[in-house]
Amino acid sequence: MLHIKCPHCGMRSQNEFSYGGDASIKRPELNKEISDEEWDNFVYNRKSLRGKHLELWQHLSGCRQWIKVERDTATHEIFNTYKADEEIF
Amino acid sequence: MTQKFRIENGGLINRDKKLSFKFNGKTYYGYEGDTLASALIANGVHLVGRSFKYHRPRGFFGAGVDEPYAIVQLYRNNETEPNIKATEQELFEGLEAKSVNCWPSVNFDIGAINNFLKIFLPAGFYYKTFMWPKSFWYRVYEPFIRKAAGLGVASTKHDKERYEHKYEYCDLLIAGSGPSGLASAYAAAKNGARVILAEDKPRFGGSLLTSDVNIGNQSGEDWANSIISELKEMPNVVVKNRSQVFGYYDHNMLVMSEKVSDHLPKTKKYHPKQRLWYIRAKEVLISSGSIERPLVFGNNDTPGVMLSSAAKEYLKVYGVLVGKNPLVFTNNDSGYETAIEFKKNGINPIILDSRVNPQSEIIDEAINLGIKIKFSHVVVAAQGYKKVSSADIAKISDDKKQLGTIENIKCDCICVSGFWTPTIHLASQSGNKTKFKEEIDAFVPGTSKQNETTLGAANGIFTLEETLKDSFMAGQDLSKKITNNDNKIPFPNVVEKKSSQHEKFWCVPLPKGKSYKRFLDFQNDVAVSDVEIALKEGYRSIEHVKRYTTLGMATDQGKTSNLNGLQLVSEIENKVVPAVGHTTFRPPYTPISIGAIVGREVGKHSKPTRKSPMHLWHEKNNAVFVDAGVWLRPRYYRQGSETLFEASKREAKNVRTNVGVCDVTTLGKIDIKGPDAAELLNRVYTNAWLKLPVGKARYGVMLREDGIVMDDGTTTRISENHYHMTTTTAQAANVLSHLEYYLQLVWPELNVNVVSTTEQWAGAAIAGPKSRKLLEKLFPNNDVSNEGLPFMGYMESDLFGVKARIFRISFSGELAYEVNVESDNGHFMWEKIIELGQEFQVQPYGTEALSTLRIEMGHVAGSELDGRTISYDTSLEGLISKKKDFIGKRSLNREAFTSSDRQKIVGVVPLDKKTSIPEGSHLVKDAKAPLPNKKLGHISASCWSVEHDNPFSLAILKNGKNMIGEKLFVMSPLKNKIIPVEIVSSHYVDPKGERVRS
Ligand SMILES: [Zn+2]
Repeated sequence: MLHIKCPHCGMRSQNEFSYGGDASIKRPELNKEISDEEWDNFVYNRKSLRGKHLELWQHLSGCRQWIKVERDTATHEIFNTYKADEEIF
Repeated sequence: MTQKFRIENGGLINRDKKLSFKFNGKTYYGYEGDTLASALIANGVHLVGRSFKYHRPRGFFGAGVDEPYAIVQLYRNNETEPNIKATEQELFEGLEAKSVNCWPSVNFDIGAINNFLKIFLPAGFYYKTFMWPKSFWYRVYEPFIRKAAGLGVASTKHDKERYEHKYEYCDLLIAGSGPSGLASAYAAAKNGARVILAEDKPRFGGSLLTSDVNIGNQSGEDWANSIISELKEMPNVVVKNRSQVFGYYDHNMLVMSEKVSDHLPKTKKYHPKQRLWYIRAKEVLISSGSIERPLVFGNNDTPGVMLSSAAKEYLKVYGVLVGKNPLVFTNNDSGYETAIEFKKNGINPIILDSRVNPQSEIIDEAINLGIKIKFSHVVVAAQGYKKVSSADIAKISDDKKQLGTIENIKCDCICVSGFWTPTIHLASQSGNKTKFKEEIDAFVPGTSKQNETTLGAANGIFTLEETLKDSFMAGQDLSKKITNNDNKIPFPNVVEKKSSQHEKFWCVPLPKGKSYKRFLDFQNDVAVSDVEIALKEGYRSIEHVKRYTTLGMATDQGKTSNLNGLQLVSEIENKVVPAVGHTTFRPPYTPISIGAIVGREVGKHSKPTRKSPMHLWHEKNNAVFVDAGVWLRPRYYRQGSETLFEASKREAKNVRTNVGVCDVTTLGKIDIKGPDAAELLNRVYTNAWLKLPVGKARYGVMLREDGIVMDDGTTTRISENHYHMTTTTAQAANVLSHLEYYLQLVWPELNVNVVSTTEQWAGAAIAGPKSRKLLEKLFPNNDVSNEGLPFMGYMESDLFGVKARIFRISFSGELAYEVNVESDNGHFMWEKIIELGQEFQVQPYGTEALSTLRIEMGHVAGSELDGRTISYDTSLEGLISKKKDFIGKRSLNREAFTSSDRQKIVGVVPLDKKTSIPEGSHLVKDAKAPLPNKKLGHISASCWSVEHDNPFSLAILKNGKNMIGEKLFVMSPLKNKIIPVEIVSSHYVDPKGERVRS
C-alpha cells in the first residue's frame, strides 16, 4: 500500500485516496473550436508510461482535495506531491 | 500412557500442567508449552501423514515454520481447520488433530501404490498425462487428482471466530527476536525510538534458546529473558510473540499475522482469533535468522530423518528425544552441537561427517565426550518404511564421487545438517536484489531497496559476537537518525565456541545399481531425478524448472528445498549458482488464514449499511427491505400474506388513484454555494441554467467527457447564490467527486463551494392526485395551490414547528411533491404524513412500486443510464443546449452518436398482454433465425403496468425512433422464453405529461 503525502494533510495511506489518471492532460477550453484529433487525445489517448509520471489523486476520505503526485509507475517511488494549483518546474 | 521419549528434566515446558489431546482418534498426553509435534514425538509417534504424490509415509522434518511434512487437520472448539503445521500448533487441553492426505488411514494408504508405480510419475507427469483428451478433465482427471491429492479439507461452515485488522506506525519494526532482533530492539528502544519487536514463535530468543553460549555472564536464554522483560516495561516498545511478519510491501508497509487465540482451547470472549497488523515502519530490521539445509541421500524422506537443529530444539526446548539411537549426518559443526546435547542426556549418537579432517573447538568437545565420529562418511540411504530402522553408510572419496563399501548400521533417527540458509524472504520482497555468498553457499540480501537492514544469520553472519555487534550498532544508528538520542549500550562479553568451515557438499551420489529416490522437495515429492528429467527435456530457466517439477511450490514454499534444487541445476548445467538465480520470493512468507485477510469485513460488515431516519417506522410497518447501493430501502410493505407482485401493484395503484408516500432520503444531495454556482451548473448540465429564478427547480442531465450520460436529477435555486442539487442514489459519490474535479483542477477561477448534504436531509415523496390535499393539511399556512406552488416550484415552510423544504417535482408522473426536513425530524415528518393522510387513503410505497410508476411513465433511471447511453438514446436530447458549451458536448458529434439508426428508448408490450418480459432479454426480428441471432436491442426494465393492467417494459432499441408499431420477439435463452411483442412509445401513461402540472 502506497504512502502518499497529501500537501494539505500530511502522510496518509493509499486507501484514503482515489486515482485520477494523468495530471498532464489539459482540458480544452470551453467554446473553443478544436479538431477531432485534439479532442480524442484529451478524452481517450493516454500514454502508459513506465517510469516517472505525474498523476492525479483525490484525497477522498480526507480533505477531498485533488492533488498531483509524481510517482514512478514501475517502482512506486513517490518523488513529490503538489497541490492542484501548485506550479511544477 | 507414558511419554517414552520425554527426558526426566529440562526443557522450557511446564511439567506441572499435563494436557490430554487426540491424534487420529487416540488419546495422548503432553505438557503445557509443547507443540503438537513435540508432544507426538514424546509419545513416540513419528508417522503423521502421507506425501502429496507418492503417499509415502511422512514424519517430522523440522520444528517450526519450515516444516514440510507434518501438516494436519485441526479440530478446535467445534471448528476444523486444514493445513496446520504440527510443529507450530501449540498444545492445548482437548486438542484434536488428524492426518491428511491418506485414505483409508495413515497406516494403510491406498495411494501409496503410487510409490511402487513411481516410474510413471516423473517430473511433468501431470502436464503430460492430463493434457488430453480435453473432455477428460472434468470427468476423469480432476476428480481423480482432487481425491488422491490435496492436503486438508476446508470447513464449509461459517467461521464464527472474529478476526481483526490493526493499523500501526513505528520507528523500527524488528522481525525476529533472536540475538540480532533483541540487540537491535534494545539499542533502539534505549534511544527512545518507537519499536515493534515481532516473534513468530511463542517464546522469545530464537537460537539463544538452543545454543550453548554465554552473554554478559548469563546463558543465552537468561540474557534473552532479561532483555525481553526490560523491553516489555518500556512505554515506547511493543513486544509481540506468535506474530509472523509475512509480507514486505511498498513504502515500508509490512503485514504481520498475530495468532491471538490459536494456542487456546477456545477464543476468549471479546478476543479475536487472529489479528492482522498493517505496520508502516520508518526502518525495518530483518532478523529472521536462518533455516538449516537438508543433505540429500537415498530415501531421505523416511520418518525419522530430520534437521539436526530440529532434533536439538525438541531436546532443549521440549525435553523430547527424537530418537534413542541417533545418527547425525553433517557437513559442518552444527551437527556436533546436536550430538553433544544427545550425549549430555545419556544418549550415544554417531556422527557421520562428510569432511576429511575438520578441526574446531566443538569437534574437540565431541571427541572429549567420547562421541563416535566417522569422518569422510555419508549416509547413502535410510532404511525402514514407516520409521528409520537403520542406515546404509559408506566412506566417500575426497572428490565426493566414489562411495566405499556400504555398511548397514542400526539407528532410529538420522539428524541431518547441510549448513544454513539465511531467511531472506522479507528483504527480497522489499525489492532487494540478493547476492550469492560463496562462503556459505547461499543468497544474502544485497543493497537495501526500501528502508530494510538485514542482520545476523538472515544476513549470513553465523557468529554470535559479530551478530550482536552489528545489531547493537544498527539499532543505535537507525534510532539516532529518528530520535536524535545517542545512548551508547555497553557491549556485553560474549562466549561462544568457534566452528570450522562447512563443506560444499549437499548430495550423496547413488551407489551402483541402486535407484533410491533422493528427495529435494519433501512436501511435493520432487526428487533429484525429476529435476534431471526437466533439464533433459530442455527446461532451463529456474522459474520453468520450478513449475514443471513443482519444486518449492508446496505450502512450505520450498523453505528447505530451494537451495538444494539450485545446487542441482547448477551442477548439471555446469553454471555457478548465482547464474542460475533463485525463484521470486512472494508474500506471504507462510500461509495466512483467509479469515485474517478478510478481518471484520464479512457478511453484513462487508460494506456499511445506511438506513434512513424513517427506517424504524418501515420496520414496524412490515417493510421488506432491499439493498440499494449501501442503503437499505423498503421494497414493499407487506399486508397480510401478500406477495411482492401483489403488494407493489397495490401500492402503485394507490399512487395513481389516491396518494402514496415514498422514502427518498437516499437520493444524493449536494449543496452548491457561491457567486459562480449558476455558471458551474451551466457547464456541468446539458441544458441552460443561467436564467433559473430563485425558488424554482430544474431537471438536468450531466455527461461524461466522452458524451455518455453520467447522471440526472433536479437542482433547485434556494437563493441568489445557493443551489440544492440532487443525484441518483447510486451516483451520489461520483457526482460530488466530478464537481470537485472541475472546480479544483479545470476551472479553479469559479468561485463555488460544493458539499454533500445527503445525510443532512430526510426526504419524502408525496405522489398522487390527492397529494395537494394532503399538503394543504401538512402546511396549512402556505399557499400550495397550482398557482402558489406550480410544477417545478420550491418553497420553504415549517411543518408543525419543524423547518421544511417543499419541492414540486415528480418521478411517478403524478401530481407530486418532495418534502425535506433535517434528518433528526425525518421520523416526525413521516408520521405526520401518514397521520394526516389517512383521510386521503395514503399508503407508503417501496422501490418496487416506485419502479413500476416510473417505467410506465417512461422516466429513465439507472437501468437506462447504464454508462453506455447518450442523451438521444434515452430521449433526453431535448435538454441539449445548442447555444452553450458543456462537459462532453464535443463528443456528441461522433459518427456513431449521430447515425440515423441510432438506438433509442421504446416501450414494449407482449402481444398476449399477459406474459411478463424478463429484464436483460434481447429483442430480435426473427425468433427462428439461426444462432447467433442478430440482437436489435435489450429490455432495460420491466413492470406490470397498473394503468393498463398488463406487462410493460422499456427497451433500448436500434433505430427505436422508427420502430413504433413494429412486431418483434423478445428472446431470453436464460429463461428459455420467446415472446412476441409490439413496440410502443416509452410514455405508456399520460404521454403529454398533464398530471404533473395539474
Ligand atoms: Zn488531504
